[in-house]
Amino acid sequence: MVSLSDYLILSAIIFCIGLVGIFVNRTNIITLLMCVELILVAVNTNFIAFSHFLGNEAGQIFVFFILTVAAAEVAIGLAILTLLFRNKGSINVDVTNSLKG
Amino acid sequence: MTFDQILFYVFSFWFIASSLAMIFSRNAAKAVLFLILSFFSAASIWILLEAEFLAITLILVYVGAVMVLFLFVIKMLNIDKSTLRAKFAGYLPLGLIVAAIIIAEMTLVLGGNQFGLDVVAAPARHAADYSNITVLAMQLYTTYVYPFELAAVLLLIAIIAAITLVHRNEASRKKQSISEQVSVQAKDRVRLVSIASPKKEAK
Repeated sequence: MVSLSDYLILSAIIFCIGLVGIFVNRTNIITLLMCVELILVAVNTNFIAFSHFLGNEAGQIFVFFILTVAAAEVAIGLAILTLLFRNKGSINVDVTNSLKG
Repeated sequence: MTFDQILFYVFSFWFIASSLAMIFSRNAAKAVLFLILSFFSAASIWILLEAEFLAITLILVYVGAVMVLFLFVIKMLNIDKSTLRAKFAGYLPLGLIVAAIIIAEMTLVLGGNQFGLDVVAAPARHAADYSNITVLAMQLYTTYVYPFELAAVLLLIAIIAAITLVHRNEASRKKQSISEQVSVQAKDRVRLVSIASPKKEAK
């Protein structure tokens, strides 16, 4: 049988892959968004594993809401990306330095 | 090794492999395709965990809508590939070190001593007539009905925000001008040209 710790370690590994992706792809906003999606899926796997092993459906309800919020986030993120490309002609992170932060 | 474990390791292998391929692929469109593969593997693992509704939702909503949106934006923006990976090598060692430390720590915390089968026993599989959707719907429309409504409002706000953000300004939009259409005269649109009619050929 597959134990709970197997699922938790799997989602920890996926979470770290997403984290490395953010480190590696620092200049590409689209890949940054995709790495955030990967991290969210890892977190959702955690929720579902606990929901299954503890016999409580609340974890699956949480995943439902996380999926909703993530879909909204992607839609607005890609809209901002399109706007950035229209104004700057590039989606490189380095060009988004207008605020001189 | 039981059949459950074989399935789990196969799906985990593809999940991890395609995620790694996603973050290291230089082409954004290929990265989206690898991310689709890893979402499919994640959905398979969720089905192993008896969350059928969420697994199908992940495929329908994420692969069907969100990833297609990513592909659409990538193709629409026509990104220059060469400039995007300039700092690839510089941040890779630091990222690998951080990830290795996090994985080691998480493995220590989440290992078999704390969450193994003898600590958290595997629950019995549900009967064949068990409906995951019914159980979720009972929770969603009773206990969580207010968050459910809020999620719907959030999606509506996201639609409005996305449309407002990418909407073009007045000047560059194609727009109907009623007054010009009403006041148009026949001589503005129709131009009568006199053409010499061809002569009949003698037979």
